[in-house]
Amino acid sequence: MTDAHAKYLIVGASHAGREALAAIRMHDPEGRLVMLSREKHLPYSPTILPYVVSGRSAPDHIALAKAEWFADNRAELVLGARVVEVDPTARAVRLADGGRWTYDRLLLATGAEPAVPRVEGLERGGYHVLRTLDDALAVRTHAASARRAVVLGAGLVGLHAAETLAEAGLDVTVVEMRPHVLAEYFDARAAALIGETFERHGVRMLMGRRLERAAGSEPCRLGLDDGTELEADLLLVVAGVRPATDLLAGSPVATDKGILVDQRMRTNVEGIWAAGDVAQANGFLSGRPIINGTLPEAVEQGRIAGMDMAGDADLVPYGGGIALNTYGFFGRHAVAVGAAATAEGDGAEVHTTEGNGYCRIVLKDDRLIGLAAIDRVVDAGILWRLIQRRTDLTPVRDRFLSHPLETARALMSQGWR
Amino acid sequence: MAAQDTIRFVPERCDGCGDCMKACSKAKGSASRISVVAGVGQGWEMALCRQCGDPKCVANCPAGALDKHGGTGIVGWSAELCVDCHLCTLGCAYGGIAFDPTAGHVQKCDMCDGAPACVLACGKGALQHLSAAARLHETHADKEDMFVPGLSACQGCNSELLIRHTMRRIGRESIVAAPPGCIPGMGTVGYNGQTGSKVPIFHPLLTNTAAMLGGIKRQYERKGQDVTVVALAGDGGAVDVGFQSLSGAAERGERVLFICVDNEGYMNTGMQASGSTTFGSWTSTTPVGEIGRGKSTDGKYLPQLMMGHGCAYVATASTAFLDDYHAKLEKALAASRAGFAYLHVHAPCPTGWRFPAAMTTEVCRRQVESNFVTLWEFTPADGLRFTRGVERPRPVADYVRMIGKYKHLAPADLERIQASVDRRVETLQGFRRRPAAE
Repeated sequence: MTDAHAKYLIVGASHAGREALAAIRMHDPEGRLVMLSREKHLPYSPTILPYVVSGRSAPDHIALAKAEWFADNRAELVLGARVVEVDPTARAVRLADGGRWTYDRLLLATGAEPAVPRVEGLERGGYHVLRTLDDALAVRTHAASARRAVVLGAGLVGLHAAETLAEAGLDVTVVEMRPHVLAEYFDARAAALIGETFERHGVRMLMGRRLERAAGSEPCRLGLDDGTELEADLLLVVAGVRPATDLLAGSPVATDKGILVDQRMRTNVEGIWAAGDVAQANGFLSGRPIINGTLPEAVEQGRIAGMDMAGDADLVPYGGGIALNTYGFFGRHAVAVGAAATAEGDGAEVHTTEGNGYCRIVLKDDRLIGLAAIDRVVDAGILWRLIQRRTDLTPVRDRFLSHPLETARALMSQGWR
Repeated sequence: MAAQDTIRFVPERCDGCGDCMKACSKAKGSASRISVVAGVGQGWEMALCRQCGDPKCVANCPAGALDKHGGTGIVGWSAELCVDCHLCTLGCAYGGIAFDPTAGHVQKCDMCDGAPACVLACGKGALQHLSAAARLHETHADKEDMFVPGLSACQGCNSELLIRHTMRRIGRESIVAAPPGCIPGMGTVGYNGQTGSKVPIFHPLLTNTAAMLGGIKRQYERKGQDVTVVALAGDGGAVDVGFQSLSGAAERGERVLFICVDNEGYMNTGMQASGSTTFGSWTSTTPVGEIGRGKSTDGKYLPQLMMGHGCAYVATASTAFLDDYHAKLEKALAASRAGFAYLHVHAPCPTGWRFPAAMTTEVCRRQVESNFVTLWEFTPADGLRFTRGVERPRPVADYVRMIGKYKHLAPADLERIQASVDRRVETLQGFRRRPAAE
């Protein structure tokens, strides 16, 4: 049983937590700073896990921050510390092992956990998930002996995993209830281009199907809503995630889908901040609080939370999350920034070109609101800022539509000079 | 923070020829990492990694494959760790890291080991490689060197570097006083009836430098001539023997720039101790033997005393941080028009302190990194301001171990030095003007 006190207590050790830690130390070199991680491993990114499954990343070479980094930053990393309760009145958190930490300022950066759909016969132990390093190592080990794999979910993690398992020589089937892959990022045409690539590499893509029944393990027999029957030696459920808010049960910290935060990542409770996949902050285009569950947004939010916790006056409040991702698959590459899947109409203009790669540009009032590209180089970081700054593209409209890379670079170079 | 290299783009000179891109592509055997594109409406624009101070590409990397190098400032990329997720490209607002389909991974500028191919290829002067040295060179190279070539300073002495930089900046409308010490000793005041300087330079007594300069300045003012009068003194001529006249001139607010080049002893006459010699130092008058353990008292810290005189400007400097020195020299020159300006520059002495001549700049840097030397400036209105943070020093032992004059020191002596360094920092922090909110 420990009872210890930190000026800054960070719960969670991935991108948001790491960024917050660095931001705090930029402003306050002294105050005691402690990071609690439920993991037994050094901090890593969930994004790296498919690469651990494939063997491209060695498990001992994926640390986002090593012991020396914590020492340099005069911060303490406590591993194996799972927080199960937050008590804002006592300004304390309680750990699963009975330990207790008190704090002046608390950041909840607990990330997300796998959301497993409720399906008859689908029981713990009968399937894999992929959110932690241990999950990845388990999939990797199991894949070595399995012949047939079913991946439930065609989001980024699901597709990464499907590719990895296919490359490892397994028969892979992807089951997705939405009509196409990566529905949160890409329009149907772009998704089809991605999906076709998987089919060309021997992956069976069952889109728009729902898993209804599961039974047994090795093999696990699966029944889909259209009557299809599948057998899987290895079943991987990657059908989405949900914010890890269990530790707030019974606490006054307001949650909806995730922990509700304002533009400075403050929760409704004084002294508590939240950032990253667990936080629900404003969406830039919708103006409504949403989960902005991407790595760059976790970085952004973590930075803001850390700056606010340390009282850094240079803080620029969160402008709202913009969906964005980059994706490499079978040697090809795809980018989606903003509302790239928006349909034509209601003020939105869609310009699609195919030839020199696929590119779909969505404008509204001559301002960029989304862009998706496959096998075509664009600077996603610049596009993100064009959306965020609502840059008027009227003077360069035609050039932007035909040459988004060069035009965006010219706009940005002119802008920062 | 050390100044770091950068590539500057001068759009007015760019004609879009693309030679830089061809050169980059050739040097790297892949797509060019610099991109020149037609501007909006007119001219040319450029996209290139800016080697950001707080790089977003690094923060966005889930694999630890990007890293900002603390020394060179270059954001490096590791082929081994990269997993081709391209999330780094989402972080960059400059188009500085992009996927290269021919290479199959992201590419970014690595500054070509200090000789960027794009800059060498640009015949229009639209790209310039600016290192810290190049920036200083650009500012000062065209100015006239005020000393003769071949001054006979010891090998590795930074005083010659310092006085050449200083007088290049100050220029011809000046009069220099060089009281006895290494600076006249190396030939600045001349040999065989010939002067070593292109401006009037004289050799006052150790005791009267500041008084003489004050008088000279007043006479020129009376004649309506604007002349900068400068003392290039050692610590003997400032901290010890010269202190009385220095103190008087400062108190009277004589419009003088007084530069003390502090090598912590009388190094040109046989390495005797001065008031500036620090605790534990071996010198010929504080020997190390059966009884003697080097100097038994702490050095006198003159810059702090000069603050007590209410000088118009007081600053400390190190030749390892020349950008910082030049900024302070500018302020000191401006302040010397209205009152007394005092600069205290540290000059580790390879001959007298016993360290290799090639290590002087590194010794200077280590002094500062360990807070043995602190960099700050002071004006009566604004109080003291550190120009380099003192919050995270290296242990002072890291510095002391480099220097032969300390090699006899016992751990307890080191502790004492560390304690007095810490105490001095604390004292100096007290001279800061606190914001009202604090």
